[in-house]
Amino acid sequence: MVDESAPLPVVDWLKGAGTDDPYVEGHKCGVCSAIYLGVRSHCSKCGARDQIAPTRLGNKGKLYSYSIVHRSFPGIEVPYISAIVDLEGGGTLKGNLINIDPKPENIKFDMPVDVVFDDALGRKDQDGNSYVSYFFQPAA
Amino acid sequence: MSDVYIMGVDMIKFGRFPEKTVPQLGAEAALMALDDAGLTIQDMQAMYCGNLGQASSMVGQRVLQQIGQTGIGVVNCANACATGATAFREAWMSIKAGVNDVVLAVGVEQMGKGLLGGGGGGTGIPKEGLLGSGTMPSVFAEAGMEHARNHGTTFEQFAKVSVKNHHHSTLNPKAMYQIETPLETVMNAEMISYPNTKLMCSVNVDGAAAAVLVSEKKAKELGMARAVKVRASILTSDPYSDRDLVMPDVNAVTRIAAKQAYDMAGVGPEDINLVELHDCFATAEILHYENLGLCADGEAGRMIDEGEVALGGRVPVNVSGGLLSKGHPLGATGIANIYEVSTHLRGEADKRQVTDARIGMTHVIGLGSACAIHILEKVA
Repeated sequence: MVDESAPLPVVDWLKGAGTDDPYVEGHKCGVCSAIYLGVRSHCSKCGARDQIAPTRLGNKGKLYSYSIVHRSFPGIEVPYISAIVDLEGGGTLKGNLINIDPKPENIKFDMPVDVVFDDALGRKDQDGNSYVSYFFQPAA
Repeated sequence: MSDVYIMGVDMIKFGRFPEKTVPQLGAEAALMALDDAGLTIQDMQAMYCGNLGQASSMVGQRVLQQIGQTGIGVVNCANACATGATAFREAWMSIKAGVNDVVLAVGVEQMGKGLLGGGGGGTGIPKEGLLGSGTMPSVFAEAGMEHARNHGTTFEQFAKVSVKNHHHSTLNPKAMYQIETPLETVMNAEMISYPNTKLMCSVNVDGAAAAVLVSEKKAKELGMARAVKVRASILTSDPYSDRDLVMPDVNAVTRIAAKQAYDMAGVGPEDINLVELHDCFATAEILHYENLGLCADGEAGRMIDEGEVALGGRVPVNVSGGLLSKGHPLGATGIANIYEVSTHLRGEADKRQVTDARIGMTHVIGLGSACAIHILEKVA
């Protein structure tokens, strides 16, 4: 059964939107183990063809780098933390780091974070659909 | 293969010229470079034109429609912020290949104001501020914070880059700004994407620059007194690295280009007397001291602290004022950098002249990614 009212995923590598088990899907090279976001056929690390398979990425990680964004486009709420997170088990994600006061002194490299899923800040598309996004927050 | 020489090179003063068109700006720079070479458009055998904003609309031909439709082949290039350098390199390559002896390269751009990048695209809802930030200040802030993570680089050290380059630009009448910005002013300016404040972001300006490249045979015919030799011309794309597709890796693409450029020129970093590098943001400049081998890994913070990269220092970087203060008209930047280094090698840089400059380097990054490096040498 498809729930017509279920929210949509913000990107096509977010799976299980609207269920109680959302996750981020990677695509992993069977030859060199490189992990990509999004569907692809070939590996840009080793060049292997047709060896890529979907894999469920972890929901824990460590903060690799970040910026605190104070100026963005009209309508985008600032400040917020744009974060690069290395996931446990492989793969790197970029997203908002939430539930932390966005000041440099509060943010530590390698701080453990959880990947959490929630409504996409109230943003809807032109057809009125809601979306689910992923976020990072300091590990529980 | 013939060596390649720059016989003419110039740039217009960067600024905001809404009353002019892209072809008009390109034509101005092209005529200046032709005059500098003592040649005319009728002498050119081909033209390579770099522009991003109107990349699909034959900018090179429209420049020729302003200054002389001689029927020569024109190639229009787009390669993000490496666009101008790519046009220059294609011109170089056509001479290396023995196809041409005299070639015109032009880079030109008309910019709006405001943030670049982060436009998103695709379907659904806007991703900016939801999946982090894709604006250029944020992307290069994250690259800078990676350096902070690895080497303890501070906000103050990043800010010092901007103090230096703004100071340099006070000596360059062709820079957009000639304004001193003390450290407190830079650090207390509006925060855009920490650690980049507004004064640590490059200036969106209109601009154009052009060069006339010639073969050795032609250079001898014209006279070598002001010729500048192209010792290396390298273009790379981003090699695979683990986070590159999520967090563009501007380091690896520069490192492989630098190694190839030094190999081609047969020189090392210790031979370089000045560098114009891609300081699109203050954070970026710090990374490239190490990427270009100007210092060992982890030494970039010390280099800016001790003034080694300032005019009068061991290896002055961005004495033009850089993208931070001279301005960054995307398609023109790569050739404007070549103009700056050539001007020093010719001993014509007036108040900002780097003493005894014999060999210089230019570097640009086009995010997504492309890196172009040129090593230039004084001839006479």
